[in-house]
Amino acid sequence: MSAEARYGQQVFQDYNCIACHQFYGLGGYMGPDLTNVMSNRGEAYTRAFIAAGTATMPNFNLTDDQIAGLLAYLEFVDRTGTYPAENYQVKWWGAVAQEDDPR
Amino acid sequence: MTATQPAVGLRFMRLGMLALAAGLLFGVIGGFQFLFPEFLRELLFTKTRPLHVSLVVSWIFLVAIGGIYFYLPRRNNLKLYSERFAIWHYWIFVVTGLTILGCYLSGRFGGREYFEFPPVLSIPIFLTWILFGVNYFMTVRQDRAPWPVYYWMWGTGIVFFFITFAEAHLWLIPFFRDSMVREIMVQWKSYGALTGSWNMLVYGTALYVATRIGGDDKPARSKLAFGLYFLGLFNLMFGWAHHTYLVPSETWIRTFAYAVSMTELFVFGKIIWDWRASLETWQKNRHCGAYRFLFAADIWVFVNLALALVISVPAFNLFTHGTHITVAHAMGSTIGINTMVLLASIFYVIREEVPEEIHAGCSRRVTVGFWTANVSLAVFFVALILAGIGKGVYAGGSFQEMMLQIRPFLLLFTISGVTLMLGIWIVLWNAYRLIGTVDEPAAEASAQPELA
Repeated sequence: MSAEARYGQQVFQDYNCIACHQFYGLGGYMGPDLTNVMSNRGEAYTRAFIAAGTATMPNFNLTDDQIAGLLAYLEFVDRTGTYPAENYQVKWWGAVAQEDDPR
Repeated sequence: MTATQPAVGLRFMRLGMLALAAGLLFGVIGGFQFLFPEFLRELLFTKTRPLHVSLVVSWIFLVAIGGIYFYLPRRNNLKLYSERFAIWHYWIFVVTGLTILGCYLSGRFGGREYFEFPPVLSIPIFLTWILFGVNYFMTVRQDRAPWPVYYWMWGTGIVFFFITFAEAHLWLIPFFRDSMVREIMVQWKSYGALTGSWNMLVYGTALYVATRIGGDDKPARSKLAFGLYFLGLFNLMFGWAHHTYLVPSETWIRTFAYAVSMTELFVFGKIIWDWRASLETWQKNRHCGAYRFLFAADIWVFVNLALALVISVPAFNLFTHGTHITVAHAMGSTIGINTMVLLASIFYVIREEVPEEIHAGCSRRVTVGFWTANVSLAVFFVALILAGIGKGVYAGGSFQEMMLQIRPFLLLFTISGVTLMLGIWIVLWNAYRLIGTVDEPAAEASAQPELA
């Protein structure tokens, strides 16, 4: 993890973003899952949401450095896998193997 | 034994009741914020959620711990190893707890989900568990007879809380923090096992109260009870991975967790069921308060078992994970099982210690509160499942659109949350008032021996 992403991780925790958002479906349900937000929505879209807020999410008045850190952290998370799983195999006994699982 | 010893346990219980009353209020505020994001904007959901969760989890720990501090000296005739440790435990808990609440209210976070407070505040929490652990084991070792299963369950809960709470802080080490998948797996392993550790404390309390009401210690010494204990321990150590089915991991971990899941609840339900069937009517009437709350816990065990079995199948979990169905399971467990068991413990204490209030546990007000809470919880539970199904089957790409579709269920969830809070408040108000009338010096004088 880069120093910028690590800083972003701390910003994510300092503002308790996980109260509303999730990674891999783990977290609060008031906002969307952010695991792949960077590849699904792109950096500009994500930056705009963080910087301006929405009707549901307040504008936290983050500094440019904090926003850059958060974007670096979300980029880091994005590279770790896909959620929800897109390619998976369901076994007859109910177990599941996913494409992102370590081989 | 001095009069202070049982009094410390009662103090923990009363603090736990206050924590639950406040925790429910923050839960209701959070529910309204789900529907109306502008509601109490000064108190953001990022604050109300940790306030709600921390206070409700504190209720579980405080009343379970209070019961142990109360029952050992008061009803099992075991002198507490150190009263001073217990009093220190209480005051460190109060000061740390108030500091954490202050941090949340002022928006000072820094930790991870469920322990959102600045990590330095975990140090006094560790300290309280050392004090509690030393006090517990040094106290129960005075009992030279083979231990009933609840002694083992309480001890295991204490040891594993300590281990899992430490594990939940491994993210502070760069080796874990620098790998997202490793870190999230360790985090959720610790949370899963931590829940198992408090279940040990709560289920131990349930068995304790059940054997006391029945006047027979056999259910706590039976092979089935010890079977439950080992199954619970096995689940605590290996059954955590159902939280992380969708995180990239070795497939065998997922399959193994699937195999281990949820057998513990079945055995627990069976023990309580068997115990209830063997109770004489007079015993039910004599302890109708504690009995009815254990009965409710028993029903919720089966309801939660059914849901837990479904969501533990990885093929179903693909669709239920990350939806409100997970919240339904968490609420069913913490309110339906844990809270009902702990209220049973409180009403058992009231019945035994305030003999002039024979019918307090079944008074009209407590009955109204009991039914309001349980019916509301049922509606609340179903509303969350429906909201979860709505989210799980939504095929579009817009989060806001999905939230609009499930809004009627969220509305039902919020309304039933209000009545649930009111029902539990009614019960708590009566219990808090009655626990306050326990005459501590008299409690010492009439201490009863351990059951044969």
